[in-house]
Amino acid sequence: MTSRGNARTSGNLPQTKICQFKLVLLGDMAVGKSSLVLRFVKGQFDEFQETTIGAAFLAQSVCLDDTTVKFEIWDTAGQERYHSLAPMYYRGAQAAIVVFDITKPETFERAKAWVKELQRQASPNIVIALAGNKSDLADKRLVEYEEAQTYAEDTGLLFMETSAKTAMNVNELFLAIAKKMPKTDTQNPTHAARHRGVNLQDPDAQSTRSCCGN
Amino acid sequence: MAADVHSKGVTWDTPNGNLAPVEHLPSSRSESPTPGLVEGTEPGGGEWVEEEVEEKEVEEKEVVEKTEEQQRGRAEGEGSVNEPKREVQAVVREKEEDVTSDAWRLHKKHVFVFSEAGKPIYTRYGSEEALSTTMGVMMALVSFVEADKNVILSIHADGFRVVFLRKSPLVLVCVSRSDQSDSELWRELHYVYYQILSLLTLPQLQRVFQQRQSFDLRRLLAGSERVTAGLLRLLETDAGLMLNATMSLPLCSTTRNNVCTSLQIASSKNLVFSILLAGNRLVALIRKKEQHLHHTDLHLLSNLAASSSSFRQGEGWTPVCLPKFNSSGFFHAHISYLEQDSDLCLILVSTDREDFFNLSDCKQRFLERLKKRNAYQALQEALHSPTYPVSQVGIPELWHFVYKSKSSGLYTSPELPVPYHTEEQQDRLMELYQHLHSRLHHPTRPLRSIYRSTNTENLLAWSTSGFELYLCFSPLATKALAMSAVTKLLKWIRKEEDRLFILNSLTY
Repeated sequence: MTSRGNARTSGNLPQTKICQFKLVLLGDMAVGKSSLVLRFVKGQFDEFQETTIGAAFLAQSVCLDDTTVKFEIWDTAGQERYHSLAPMYYRGAQAAIVVFDITKPETFERAKAWVKELQRQASPNIVIALAGNKSDLADKRLVEYEEAQTYAEDTGLLFMETSAKTAMNVNELFLAIAKKMPKTDTQNPTHAARHRGVNLQDPDAQSTRSCCGN
Repeated sequence: MAADVHSKGVTWDTPNGNLAPVEHLPSSRSESPTPGLVEGTEPGGGEWVEEEVEEKEVEEKEVVEKTEEQQRGRAEGEGSVNEPKREVQAVVREKEEDVTSDAWRLHKKHVFVFSEAGKPIYTRYGSEEALSTTMGVMMALVSFVEADKNVILSIHADGFRVVFLRKSPLVLVCVSRSDQSDSELWRELHYVYYQILSLLTLPQLQRVFQQRQSFDLRRLLAGSERVTAGLLRLLETDAGLMLNATMSLPLCSTTRNNVCTSLQIASSKNLVFSILLAGNRLVALIRKKEQHLHHTDLHLLSNLAASSSSFRQGEGWTPVCLPKFNSSGFFHAHISYLEQDSDLCLILVSTDREDFFNLSDCKQRFLERLKKRNAYQALQEALHSPTYPVSQVGIPELWHFVYKSKSSGLYTSPELPVPYHTEEQQDRLMELYQHLHSRLHHPTRPLRSIYRSTNTENLLAWSTSGFELYLCFSPLATKALAMSAVTKLLKWIRKEEDRLFILNSLTY
């Protein structure tokens, strides 16, 4: 239940096996996606975190035994008008964190919808984690731990309740995802960078669909 | 109580405002306003002229009285909101305001946006739900006048101006107690309208209302409140939005050239604009051949970048419509700061939504080149003094000025001196400039120059085909002195031109 797990987050890592993964965060607006990322990447928390516009790209590595797992993180905006862009971010992603706010049941419903969409349209091997965020607000809880837990088990998701504010389970969550990733990726990060999974050739991606899905 | 419907259309768009090529600015800064916008894709410009409006008295006294009563009030007392975090809290506070309170009525300028069905979309202060009746009444007024094939433009009553802007499927209303003219207020409402388009595009906006007239647009605008709030504040503080111009960062020409060429070289196939900003000051702008960035679009981009700290935390990637360029499509903007704690914000605008990594690469190449040529350090140093004291000009009675070069669409202005160190005083000076601006650009009786004497300052405004100049003198200055100061100032600007403006417009 403490803040920093045994995930070492740093830049200067010894020459070990390097695996690079694309990870996307999805979820309703104001559930704390950016806060989770900011806690994981920079160890910071801001009570008045400003709304993400479009999407933000950040990277962070974790050390796992003899492997350095580098996450290339797409922190997407939760607003409805950006929904139709989501496929661009989850397509080719090896991992996804679907976030909801434990004090807002409607965000849990939205999370379920995201999971469904991911299972239908993302790559079949994608590792999906469900994060019940804002666990520090337990006294205002409206989504029971067991309910989310059962749902996650039934759907085959990783599940943790997190708090970006207190840092509870944040690194643990990313570490748990790292553990589930296949460690076969290329040693050459620059090469991998060119294949980060934003599928440039996908016909859907080129469609004229505008920003707000209707 | 007088309520009148104005007979004259207003154009707030001058054709010379865009950041168009300036191949030979220094020598020919007269006569030739730069060419209009690209490929006729300008949606909003000049629409007011087209509207047929007959002069007509509005007999809606009862309703007018009611609306007016709701707005009655006195001076505004907003706290200073310079720091981003405080702005967030300020926006939250503004949205939580009780609309029946006196404080709400006391605001100097309200902005309301609603749909043609009368459904609230945006209010600057308070919550939209709480104001649905007020906006319903406004819509009733609009419909009543339109039923007679007429258009309601504004109502003047008891120190208030209620200005209407009809942009189907939206209606925008400003209720102001300031001295600003109707055309100034329309210009501001246009900005709010373009802000909405920049998030949605016009076809998208039209489509949602075609599908359902009672659509709640707030769903699609969610999270943009701070962007709009920032824009409204910018309208009150940045003379550039009034002048249709952008302020450039003073920079020695060697550094500027280094920065510009480094940015020019860091190009990519689908890049349309590369913009380097320091706050709201333009450092460099590179554009695709034949494409011009309109100052309105630049202000929207710069305001967007300033509206979220998420661009500091990582690299931002967002669709954005540049409504003056083309209101029906999205560009995709890569927005990031050169370094996390730097004030230098780079905006790369591409036509391809899958272009993120290419642009991220462009940014890296730009930064590396800057550092290799030691331009980065020079740029950082220039940021320590982003402005200059007016004393450099050497006219003791001159307190402040704003000079717009019409051919480049850029303006320069020194830092505000002592009498204008409080936000209240700064706002007051802006209002004085705005007043002079509206006199110069009066739709029916435009002026070339105007001299105004008040108890606290003497002001002079002068517009020629090449520039627009606003000067603020100490109250002890005379008209004769003001005239000779202009000559001296123009000479000084000519001498400092390299540093104050961006003289060449580069393309990839």
